[in-house]
Amino acid sequence: MQKFSAWSLIREAFGGHRGWTTQWRRAAPKPGYDAVIVGGGGHGLGAAYYLAAEHGLTNIAVVEKGWIGGGNTGRNTTILRSNYLFDESARLYDHALKMWRDLSQVLNYNVMYSPRGVLMLAHTVHDIQVIGRHIHANRGNGVDNEWLTPEQAKAFCPILNIERNIRYPVLGAALQRRGGTARHDTVAWGYARAADALGVDIIENCEVTGIRRDSRGAVEGLETTRGPIRTRKVGVAASGHTSVVLGYAGIRLPLESYPLQALVSEPVKPLMPCVVMSNTIHAYMSQSDKGELVIGAGTDAYNSYTQRGALHINMHTLEAICELFPMVRRLKMLRNWGGIVDCTPDRSPIIARTEVPGLYVNCGWGTGGFKATPGSAHLFAWTIAHDEPHPINAPFTIERFRDGLLIDEAAAAAVAH
Amino acid sequence: MLIIDCPYCGPRPELEFAHGGQAHVVRPADPAAASDDDWLQYLYLRDNTRGVFAERWRHARGCGRFFNALRDTTTDQFLATYRAGEQPPAVPRDRP
Repeated sequence: MQKFSAWSLIREAFGGHRGWTTQWRRAAPKPGYDAVIVGGGGHGLGAAYYLAAEHGLTNIAVVEKGWIGGGNTGRNTTILRSNYLFDESARLYDHALKMWRDLSQVLNYNVMYSPRGVLMLAHTVHDIQVIGRHIHANRGNGVDNEWLTPEQAKAFCPILNIERNIRYPVLGAALQRRGGTARHDTVAWGYARAADALGVDIIENCEVTGIRRDSRGAVEGLETTRGPIRTRKVGVAASGHTSVVLGYAGIRLPLESYPLQALVSEPVKPLMPCVVMSNTIHAYMSQSDKGELVIGAGTDAYNSYTQRGALHINMHTLEAICELFPMVRRLKMLRNWGGIVDCTPDRSPIIARTEVPGLYVNCGWGTGGFKATPGSAHLFAWTIAHDEPHPINAPFTIERFRDGLLIDEAAAAAVAH
Repeated sequence: MLIIDCPYCGPRPELEFAHGGQAHVVRPADPAAASDDDWLQYLYLRDNTRGVFAERWRHARGCGRFFNALRDTTTDQFLATYRAGEQPPAVPRDRP
């Protein structure tokens, strides 16, 4: 692996920048591996990286049906935060948020982590009470979060409209200063490059079409569009398609896959210093380093695998955006797209063993998986390597739905869904 | 915007409807005797089909009635709608 540094940049500049090499090998599947990760997004590539870097499993592969960074890792709105209500969630998401801090150094790849602060707006008395409860719960768990008056919120984000004459006026906001953004593509690329350097095969355009099991029912391999692969351990991190992949092993999951849309405006000069989210009127916005305003909406109303959504969902979001930020009303929208997100009934993820020996799953991140990428990948790698969950992800089982141990962030609604 | 053919009112825009999730999920007949696994199946586990999927809709801003639909989740094309209580119609093999 070519190490990126100021020195390597200068050296390559003298060669006219013709000496840079590809960042990971174009691997073809070998007949067998010690473990295979299904899904080449951030969560899957990260898991492969940590399996190699921390658990010494280097004879492993990541199989991806499309291309690296082409799924939800490249389709989200890049928001990072950990202000979730319940203790289990706070531990899980804060584990990830702490890992973002030095991820660029660990991977030798600039993931552009920017802790610019995440504002969550309150528009009703109920919002004020719910957000107050979140702030206290977060602080009790060592997660920073603070209450801002409308004037303080406007001082933090000057383009915010705090007039009282709009339909849902801003009555206050919660601010998590450690929250922010990262560049989503580089997370996938950085993990892919670092994993490849440790010997992990990253196999693109390789769709899993079956899971082979032995007479005990344990995993013994995968069927793929590029031929069979022998392995005793399979970790599935296939986001919206997890139900399809685990269906090959006869497992039904508490998941429904929905399109989640996002859109970006034409690029403009810096005008927005932070991330602003509103659960009540269902809109969130930040500005990318390119200058585009990155806007996210809620999921579409029905489950689908189409990677696109209905226009009226975006319209609804843009109406809210225009009222909260009147100065952006005349901006043109450049692109919009959808990703397929797998939602659990309680809107908390699953990182767990399955009933099939050798088969592990990391899914159910719904609308908010990007923020958790390093933590999720780290814990998933641990779970695969030790064949048991790490204490942080131990509550995030499939069985919690049978046993009534839901981690109900859906009702707590710290997440926009 | 999808156009959905309500079996009672005819084709209407999607905005008039509320999605009701997977169809034909049967509540345990004797709730007191149902096990935790039975409740898991009924409450939480879903097919999440990639392909032709039977689902419930409610014409919430119309007649207010529930009905079922067959929709291809890879294209969002509706193949049929039918009344609650009816069996799903057969899917034509040479559908467009």
